[in-house]
Amino acid sequence: MEFIMNHLLTLILFSPVAVAIVVILLPREEVKLQRWVAFLGSLIPLALSIILWFAFNPNQPGFQFQERYVWYEPINSSFHVGVDGISLTMVLLTTLLTPLAILASYSIKDRVNTYMFFFLMLEMGMLGVFLSLDLLIFFVFWELGLVPMYFLINQWGSETGEREIWGRKIKARTYASFKFMIYTMAGSLGLLLAIQLIGVIAGTFDMLILFERMGSVEGTLMGFPVSTVKTVAFWAFVVAFAIKVPVWPFHTWLPDAHTEAPTAGSMILAGVLLKLGAYGFLRLVLPLYPAEAKYYAGALAFLATMAIIFGALASYGQRDFKRLVAYSSVNHMGFVILGVAAAAFAINSDNATIALEGAVLQMFNHGLSAAGMFFLVGVIYERTHTRDLNEYGGLFPLIPVYGGILIFVSMASLGLPGLGGFISEFLVVRGAWPVFTFFTIVSMIGLFFTGAYILKGIKQVLHGPLNERWKGQLSEINLREAFIITPLMVLMLVIGVWPAVLLNVINRAVMMFYSLY
Amino acid sequence: MEASTLVWLIPAPPLLAFFLIVLLTNRSKLLSHILGVGAALLSFIGSFVVIVLALQSGHLGEHPFTSVLNWFPTGDTWFQIGVWVDPLTVATLFFVAITVLMIFLYSVGYHNYGAPKGDHDSPGLQPHGATVEDEHGHKHRVPSIEPMYSRFFAFISLFAFGMYVLVVSNNLLTLFVGWEIMGLCSYLLIGFWYAKPSARAAAIKAFLTTRVGDVVMLLGLAYLYYLAGSLSYNVIFSEETLDLLISTPTPFLGVSAAVVIGLFLFIGTVGKAAQWPLHVWLPDAMEGPTPVSAMIHAATMVSAGVYLVIRVFPIISAGMHHGEPTLTMNVMAFIGAFTGLFAATIAVAQNDIKRVLAYSTISQLGFMIAAIGIGAYVAAAFHLMTHAFFKALLFLGSGSVIHGVEHGVLHTGEDIDPQDMFNMGGLRKKMPITFWTFLIGGLALSGFPFITAGFWSKDEIFADAFAHSSWAVLIVLAFAALLTAFYTMRQITLTFLGEPRTESAEHAHESKWTMTFPLIFLAVFAIIAGWPGIPLDFPVIGGFIPNFIHEFVGETLREHPEAVTFNFLPLLISLAVSLGGLALGWWVYKDVKVGEPDPLEKPLGPIYKVLQNKYYFDELYGFLFVRPSYWVSKQFTYLWLDRKIIDGVLHAIARVAFSIGGLLRNYIDKPIVNGFGDFVGESVKWIGRSSRFIQTGRVQQYMVMALVIAFGTLFYYLFFLSQP
Repeated sequence: MEFIMNHLLTLILFSPVAVAIVVILLPREEVKLQRWVAFLGSLIPLALSIILWFAFNPNQPGFQFQERYVWYEPINSSFHVGVDGISLTMVLLTTLLTPLAILASYSIKDRVNTYMFFFLMLEMGMLGVFLSLDLLIFFVFWELGLVPMYFLINQWGSETGEREIWGRKIKARTYASFKFMIYTMAGSLGLLLAIQLIGVIAGTFDMLILFERMGSVEGTLMGFPVSTVKTVAFWAFVVAFAIKVPVWPFHTWLPDAHTEAPTAGSMILAGVLLKLGAYGFLRLVLPLYPAEAKYYAGALAFLATMAIIFGALASYGQRDFKRLVAYSSVNHMGFVILGVAAAAFAINSDNATIALEGAVLQMFNHGLSAAGMFFLVGVIYERTHTRDLNEYGGLFPLIPVYGGILIFVSMASLGLPGLGGFISEFLVVRGAWPVFTFFTIVSMIGLFFTGAYILKGIKQVLHGPLNERWKGQLSEINLREAFIITPLMVLMLVIGVWPAVLLNVINRAVMMFYSLY
Repeated sequence: MEASTLVWLIPAPPLLAFFLIVLLTNRSKLLSHILGVGAALLSFIGSFVVIVLALQSGHLGEHPFTSVLNWFPTGDTWFQIGVWVDPLTVATLFFVAITVLMIFLYSVGYHNYGAPKGDHDSPGLQPHGATVEDEHGHKHRVPSIEPMYSRFFAFISLFAFGMYVLVVSNNLLTLFVGWEIMGLCSYLLIGFWYAKPSARAAAIKAFLTTRVGDVVMLLGLAYLYYLAGSLSYNVIFSEETLDLLISTPTPFLGVSAAVVIGLFLFIGTVGKAAQWPLHVWLPDAMEGPTPVSAMIHAATMVSAGVYLVIRVFPIISAGMHHGEPTLTMNVMAFIGAFTGLFAATIAVAQNDIKRVLAYSTISQLGFMIAAIGIGAYVAAAFHLMTHAFFKALLFLGSGSVIHGVEHGVLHTGEDIDPQDMFNMGGLRKKMPITFWTFLIGGLALSGFPFITAGFWSKDEIFADAFAHSSWAVLIVLAFAALLTAFYTMRQITLTFLGEPRTESAEHAHESKWTMTFPLIFLAVFAIIAGWPGIPLDFPVIGGFIPNFIHEFVGETLREHPEAVTFNFLPLLISLAVSLGGLALGWWVYKDVKVGEPDPLEKPLGPIYKVLQNKYYFDELYGFLFVRPSYWVSKQFTYLWLDRKIIDGVLHAIARVAFSIGGLLRNYIDKPIVNGFGDFVGESVKWIGRSSRFIQTGRVQQYMVMALVIAFGTLFYYLFFLSQP
């Protein structure tokens, strides 16, 4: 027990790897066993993070459960991990969604052990980003998460669909995985260079030291003043994270990747991967570059507003159910970025605290609702083998339980009061209002169209005259599927009714973390 | 138990019923309706205990029942939520509890509980009726039970929960929570028969139209929360906050924050209470089952809209001096009065019995909004209450009528619209209870003098308008009231009086007790609810009953509004428009024969057409907003912006990268890098090839070569090195 508590974070971080290795070594034919080992194994990090959640002291400033090991001494980089309230929330989201996503992957029949291996490696990559307290380690995990996702889309993505490019037709999943990989890599390239710049000017990669030292670094680097170097590094960080979030107009990889990924892949993509970008803004951009962030906050707020509006509009314009849900992420993550922008501008004010609280909570809530929505799209796709909204129609009487669940999760995604999303959106709007009044007002157009696309989805799938083609063809949601969606629904409701369960932690973390800079 | 603890529990039973029905009892119709009606009854009892306690407490305005708890932290402070019972809450709770319970009970009969299953009914469609065989072997078509009976009770319970939350909240955020839950429920219930495309469209229209108001209201809440640091009533209506709101300038046309916030909140009401220009959703909402119409139009949703502006009256009226209305109030007076008249004119030309009531609701809500606009706080609250009773009564009555005629339709097999009033007539004999109660409701709506509740509340609005010298409002509303009386009498005459115009109307019969009992119960309130509001100085009857409404509800405000002094002019206007309208309505429609068009169609000519088509607002909005937003979202945003431009740029970058790669390969990699490598390789190969001839494998030849080289070397040394 002592050992577990002392190495809690590394255990959470690497237990998925252990499970992954076990799974890949299992006999090839034992598909059932592979699935169950992967699922039960993924419960280990979940159990450990629940322990972490309760052992965590929200009132203690700084990072807790820190561990530091020698890693790359000559350049002052160490393997340093730790959590505060912000990363804790994200860790919990990751370890919660992964088992559910693995359970949702039971319909995968092809090369199950490889699939599960990639999935668990993906979990490690994401957890690493949230837990790292060293920039190089952060980058390593940032990149590590990319590779498994590339293969998941490329190998297990949707079978059908083609995309025409330069007069040639290629498989949609090939296109999507390539776009996802290259686009993110393009961002990472700048990130890596910027991290090295910081390493050179500050002499360390350790975040805790950087948070303190970054403001006072002076001098020149290759003839450039430090302020210029910082601005360059700031933009490199921003672009890398903006692509990941994604902030408009860097978002077009998202609908492709989300649409072509296997159901569980979309769940994790929307549920966790997008949060890596937002987390980068919160953890690195705001504290490392407060001055630059404040200076460019208006531009960021503008892009966030564009994401909110155009994300909603593009979602409304879809015929493909999955693409509709994919675009909704652009819309919802726009609120996170709007909160970040407002906080960047008004750092150390009440408005900033409220906006950040809203942003972090929105990340968690969107993780729940987006994963839920993608899962439900997957459920209906597995039964109908189509994602075309016009091919459904009036399915409610055939699958009433599924219908009820779809309406519930849709409403959570819409931000209905009483469910999680509302509180976070309200906090962001409240925080952003005094800071960026105009952008806040304009973003209401997006909030309106959120309603429009959500209702469009329900209308086309459940309501209206029954499409006779499906009569007797559809089976109701099964027990395994119900088991996946239930925890998500319960959490949505709990957070909506009693937001303090998360906000207690987030609020303290936001106040303590940003009061230092 | 503390009264405030009990208040927390009022909304609980319907919520519990919702979850229990959805999760457990959805297969049992009996258990589901027991849960639903039982929950409504519990909330009803709880509400009345609270009301009684509140009435006994005295000075409730200054000392409301309240208790709070911390909801979530925001920085160093907590956002608090809680319950709040002041006189306005009591008045609202009073009519909400009664109407909700009656609507629940009515729903049992309306959805044909106890009737057989339909022959080919399916969930999502209205029941089509069942065939039964009596003891003589005759086959009859009778109404069939609603297939989604349990679901209906689940939804309507959640709806009631939303309303109770809204009413007992002590802050605007939980009020908004209740507000939106009702929005969801109205969506679910208007689209209850979701398989009908018209119902599906109406549900979406209702949700999205009200959402326009909701998102603006959300901004108002954010702004208010920012300035006041709280959304609790005791903070935002305190003197300091109101002073702050008045003195804070805004960039919007230089008006104060109080005006901006007031207008933002009011826009929320415009959506929810279906005021022009966001009125279009409400008539379409008639697609839902009739109890839902009563729920939306009387007890809950639209009332919530008006409740909000009455509740935030201190903000709306902040900065009012010497009775000079604020900008917000002027806007409200305009929108309210305009809507009052506008909707009344449309109601005149509608033939669907429920649509007439829908437009009359919009019109009556306009009266209330206008009343707030002229500062008639008490009158607005009073009319809100009386209207809830008589409009719930009228909707339930119309449901009973439709039920009766549908019965006839099933019996005769005629193919007619059972909601069209021109297919009715003479129903007073067939459905006496429905007739008498509907008549009471109709008279209350028309403001029939001295007896009905509607008279007293409407008269109060007129008196206030007169006292505040708001002539425009007075004239417009008076004209609207005239039309109200006219179309109400038109409705009563066409439906109940004269002779039946169709076979189905001939075969209509009275509804079951579960439906008629609520009618009678509500009819009582449609009359007596007005009496406690009779002005003290009213001639002859004034003073017998104390003007309780004014004393009590007026106490909610910090500065108790003064009762206006009695004047004969507004009373005369009130009498003239109500009696005149009723007489006119009866006279025009008293003998409409089968197949005859509306007697007004000819004299009004094209105007009638415009009215019948609701001034073409649906078409206008379709043209201005709906179709453009399809285009913008699909063509512009998705295909053009995302696919063409952004992806185009990306593909171009990728293409450039590919091209550069190609160039590098073709001009550097291939010729230089590969070329050099190849050159080295090829050279070695060439050398090897060209020197191959010496490697023949013959030993003799090697020996000769060795000898030649040896001699050559020797010769070289001897010849050159031996030179001195």
